[in-house]
Amino acid sequence: MSDRCLVGTRKGLFFLERNGRWNGSGWHIARVEFLGDNVPMVLHDPRDGAIYAALSHGHFGAKLHRSDDGGKNWTELAVPEYPPLPDGAEPQKHPFSGKIIEWKLQMIWELTPGGADEPGAIWAGTLPGGLFKSMDRGASWTMSRDLWFRKEREEWFGGGFDAAGIHSVIVDPRDSKRVTVGISCGGAWQTENGGETWNIRSKGMFAAYMPPEQKYEENSQDPHIVVACRHSPDAMWTQHHNGIFRTVDGCKTWTHVDHVPVADFGFCCAVHPHEPDTAWFVPGVKDEKRYAVDGKLVVNRTRDGGASFEELREGLPQEHAYDITFRHALAIDETGESLVFGTTTGSVFATKNQGDSWACVSNHLPPVYCVRFA
Amino acid sequence: MARVSFTQNIQRHVQCPPCEADGRTVREVLDAVFADNERARGYVLDERGTLRQHMNVFLDGRPIRDRETLTDEVTPTSSVCVMQALSGG
Repeated sequence: MSDRCLVGTRKGLFFLERNGRWNGSGWHIARVEFLGDNVPMVLHDPRDGAIYAALSHGHFGAKLHRSDDGGKNWTELAVPEYPPLPDGAEPQKHPFSGKIIEWKLQMIWELTPGGADEPGAIWAGTLPGGLFKSMDRGASWTMSRDLWFRKEREEWFGGGFDAAGIHSVIVDPRDSKRVTVGISCGGAWQTENGGETWNIRSKGMFAAYMPPEQKYEENSQDPHIVVACRHSPDAMWTQHHNGIFRTVDGCKTWTHVDHVPVADFGFCCAVHPHEPDTAWFVPGVKDEKRYAVDGKLVVNRTRDGGASFEELREGLPQEHAYDITFRHALAIDETGESLVFGTTTGSVFATKNQGDSWACVSNHLPPVYCVRFA
Repeated sequence: MARVSFTQNIQRHVQCPPCEADGRTVREVLDAVFADNERARGYVLDERGTLRQHMNVFLDGRPIRDRETLTDEVTPTSSVCVMQALSGG
């Protein structure tokens, strides 16, 4: 059972520890690092215990820091660098806005450890759509060039940000060369050879925001987050812009989940590490409004692969709550019993019984971007 | 040599003390400064070597005109101030 949780926020990285005294949640805020700085992503690498914090400075750009002592001391690392435009190439323009997409790092949006057989390997998903891998714990980075230089990539567009971004990287625990990524908006892609070549894997997803004839275009899909069951990694879920989809065949086909209560819009998703049919979602009013339905915060849980859902409300605010939970802000621990999520209003909620009841850890943090057990 | 100073706000991330540096352009002056302080380069310039969107450089009190290639001409008595913009906070 993890007794530490890392919470990346608009204004710092907060360390939660279990067995605290606050509010009956069992967690308390032990300390904060990078106070005042924007922390869109944090990673705890279970292979060596290192903590990585991605920062996004408004003035000074995207940065990456690593701590090897539990967050007390930090070392600034290299950041991924985009390649220059090839000689003679025309600047690429956004497919809709026509604005030039510069080949420059905007933000590190995702950090994922490589496989158990790749010590020190880290994947980074970024805006404006580049995927990078470090083999030396962030000291240097190499772009996955096949993905970046594909013609389909030029059709990607932003979802939430102006530019497209890679927000999900899933390394298959059975084969670390098999990697799946989720892109807003560019669908799901998969490599079987460690990133040398990629294939799109969004079949079955649909996009109501596209013209009818392009609804099922795989490259236009907006999976807000993609997660896989640790012990059944062919079972994946996505909270997509247009609902919940799941695959049980390793991304070959995705199936829409019907009849989701409250709302089928949201950003985050968590799957039980041992039970591929058990998953959690935090719904919200769709598209441009984005707040908790009827001002009541709810977590949806399915235990049967999406055939049915339970609405979990105990301990969550049921009046005048307008929280949205961003895509990286719901986490489940390795036991599948404890979950923690943080919201746009700076609230953090925790459960130790799979969501049957929740307790508030804080209502006063900055907007939460990322939650990770550590 | 040109006198070079940096915004106080960058100092908590990377120390950038006032210094003097040779160069005929803003690019040459900053390259000379960053040669001894490589980490600071990434806080001021992006991977294309252009000035970050929400950073400003003032040459003798005026914002530089060429934010891309930094070709504004510097004299031996110039002052170069690297500042953060009010935008981007």
